[in-house]
Amino acid sequence: MMRLLNLFRRHKTFSHGGIHPLEYKERTAGLAIRRLPFAPRIVVPLAQHKGAPAVPLVTVGQQVVRGEPIAGADGHVSVPMHAPATGRIAAIDLWPTAEGPKAPAIVIEVSQAANQAVLYDEPVDVLALSPEEIVQAVKDAGLVGLGGAAFPSHVKLAAPPDKPIRTLLINGCECEPYLTCDHRVMLEKTDALLHGIRIVMHATGADRALIGVEDNKMDAVRAIADKLPDDGPISVHAVEAKYPQGAEKMLIESLLGEQIPEGGLPLDLGVAVYNVGTLAQMGELLPLGRGLIERVVTVSGPAVVHPGNYLVPIGTPVGFLLQQVGADAAANEVILGGPMMGMTVASLDVPVTKGVSGIVVYAAGDADQQPRTVYPCIKCSRCVEVCPMHLNPSMLGQLAQKREYGRMEHEHHLSQCFECGCCAYVCPSNIPLTQYFRIAKAINRETPTVAV
Amino acid sequence: MFKGKPVEIRTAPHLKRPQGVDEIMRNVVYALLPIAGFSVWQFGISSLALIVTTTLVAMLTERLFSHLSGRGNTLKDWSVVITGILLALTLPPGFPLWMAAVAAFVAVALGKALFGGLGYNVMNPALVGRAFVQAAFPVAITTWTPAFAPGRFTEFVPSTLTLPFMKPNPVGEWIVGLNIDGFTGATPLAMQKFQHIFVSTTDLFLGGVVGSSGEAPALLILLGGLYLAARRMLDWRIPVGVFAGAAAVVLPLWLYDSFTYPSPLFVWFSGGLMLGAWFMASDMIASPVTPLGAFVYGALIGVLTVVIRLFGGLSEGVMYAILLANAASPLIASITQPRVYGQARRQGGRA
Repeated sequence: MMRLLNLFRRHKTFSHGGIHPLEYKERTAGLAIRRLPFAPRIVVPLAQHKGAPAVPLVTVGQQVVRGEPIAGADGHVSVPMHAPATGRIAAIDLWPTAEGPKAPAIVIEVSQAANQAVLYDEPVDVLALSPEEIVQAVKDAGLVGLGGAAFPSHVKLAAPPDKPIRTLLINGCECEPYLTCDHRVMLEKTDALLHGIRIVMHATGADRALIGVEDNKMDAVRAIADKLPDDGPISVHAVEAKYPQGAEKMLIESLLGEQIPEGGLPLDLGVAVYNVGTLAQMGELLPLGRGLIERVVTVSGPAVVHPGNYLVPIGTPVGFLLQQVGADAAANEVILGGPMMGMTVASLDVPVTKGVSGIVVYAAGDADQQPRTVYPCIKCSRCVEVCPMHLNPSMLGQLAQKREYGRMEHEHHLSQCFECGCCAYVCPSNIPLTQYFRIAKAINRETPTVAV
Repeated sequence: MFKGKPVEIRTAPHLKRPQGVDEIMRNVVYALLPIAGFSVWQFGISSLALIVTTTLVAMLTERLFSHLSGRGNTLKDWSVVITGILLALTLPPGFPLWMAAVAAFVAVALGKALFGGLGYNVMNPALVGRAFVQAAFPVAITTWTPAFAPGRFTEFVPSTLTLPFMKPNPVGEWIVGLNIDGFTGATPLAMQKFQHIFVSTTDLFLGGVVGSSGEAPALLILLGGLYLAARRMLDWRIPVGVFAGAAAVVLPLWLYDSFTYPSPLFVWFSGGLMLGAWFMASDMIASPVTPLGAFVYGALIGVLTVVIRLFGGLSEGVMYAILLANAASPLIASITQPRVYGQARRQGGRA
């Protein structure tokens, strides 16, 4: 039945569920990327990626130059940090993070007199390097997934020999409402993006690369298609604009028609997924031999006077950024990432890290800020219909209320939930389902009998 | 600067679709209003009094129990209004008001409040109320009065105003006095079952036949149901399942012997099947949450209804069919769990 309906759809999509929230992208989608001034103080957390935190290479009081490595990777699943600005190391101390607890960070007092030129160049012809050398170069550049996952990019490049990467998927979906930074990157940094794709194809030996872009960004699809030969190994595809199209598992199903087996990785299908922003940075930084020191961040939301896409030095405190865009007066809730999966910050001292793709700021009077009555579950089955993982959130929610966390995992595949928030978004009873599932998973992780 | 205001901490998702439970329930009430309106036009002030009585008593009972259980005012979710109106629509138009009040009290107290209120009732509360009075007052609930009686807007059916705890006032003489040709007090279903007389499907579809307050105008029910289905406030799989299930049983029989057995269209449009399929079986709380389960559940109701109608002692079986399927709904849901992403088809549902 659904397959029949899919025949009439214009663009490919995943098989089940998904929602169409209002996009709110129109305020920033047309605005070119702009640079913001440097904050007087920049904070570089040592753990802004998945894996082991970086190890500081500098001492307090030392002068650093923009682009200079200030922390080294600690093991394979770790990346180095580079100084986002020229200045003096003011402290290496605990600092608030978006996740809550304080974590070690390098604090740089930005030198007001410096011209902030990047002096750490090591130009190289990347495509002449061996795959191993490219993996090392990507690691040295401190690249992580810029879509939000912040997983070290070089780890995904070095696939085990028994599971070679055959297909590369490049994620330009940007399905979160408000966010347009990937859209702007695809439009303005198309060449860097394509160069990044070629680097990754060269390093992994993948024989084709598919770029997936939601069909609300057809200008980006055309911009990329214009620079590609028709029969080349790289192709660009429009997929239906539907949240959570940008989730790795959804995009794989949309473009390749395959599902990752439960508990598996994209690698099991010979696939690696990269965000467009990550590859655009790779295509830009690697030929120059530079490290990741800034990223494009969408700052938007009802409380922002000057929304836009800004090139922000890593480590810029959120509070400083909000002052620059006129969001400091009305801010009631500040979200790092998009409104569907993003995290509210408890402190405006929290810095922008490598994984922050957007900052959405709500004012106190906004409709989505009002408290809502929570009713009991009325089994309306909307959550079942929208769950992209085909789970039964209604059942999971009822089990969570009874604290039967083990049954949630064993009988209802709780660990397959990736917290996209579709169920909580549609729930007419306003049950915080996603939050229930986060709690259940956290408890299950600490319960040895349930651990998966 | 930040004016010293604290920022709020919330958990994702930070966006929320605005449609809440109260809006869904309110829309079901809207969809029921034309049916209730038609009923009043057809049966006059007796029907109006019946609807008002059951709705008010249902609301008062809900308020009483929400007060006793300390849950605050649960009238705001509108669900009890649906129960009240639906209950009235399942009763004969001349049903004594005091019995209707008993039915409404039982519906909400026994069918809903006892289980924990909205979201926890196992069966459709309105049908629990009706099942109670069907057992308690078997004569009154099968006493039918003619539609479009002259003077229906000025005088009550005699039985309507029966004093509390009294036997219903007889209506026989009153009906004779109305001088309506050919009125036998038999519903189309009873005529079909006991006399093999088939009322035309067109009459059933457009209304005006003998029956409960709300079971006549199939067209209006269909429109109301389609409105809710279009707004996704009703799972279309349930009515579709009911009609498919009913047709699956009756179609072979009708093809085999069209004199004894009714046609599928007759089955669909007669009695309470329309109202039951669109407004009672589709009660979200008492129906399975899984998409496949909704089909199975609907089909079960359709099959049971036809089996009771054709082979049981009663001429109408929708109520018991729905109540039985309500009871089976958790079981149906547990064997029709959706197939999780990334699982091979063979694994199927896990109970």
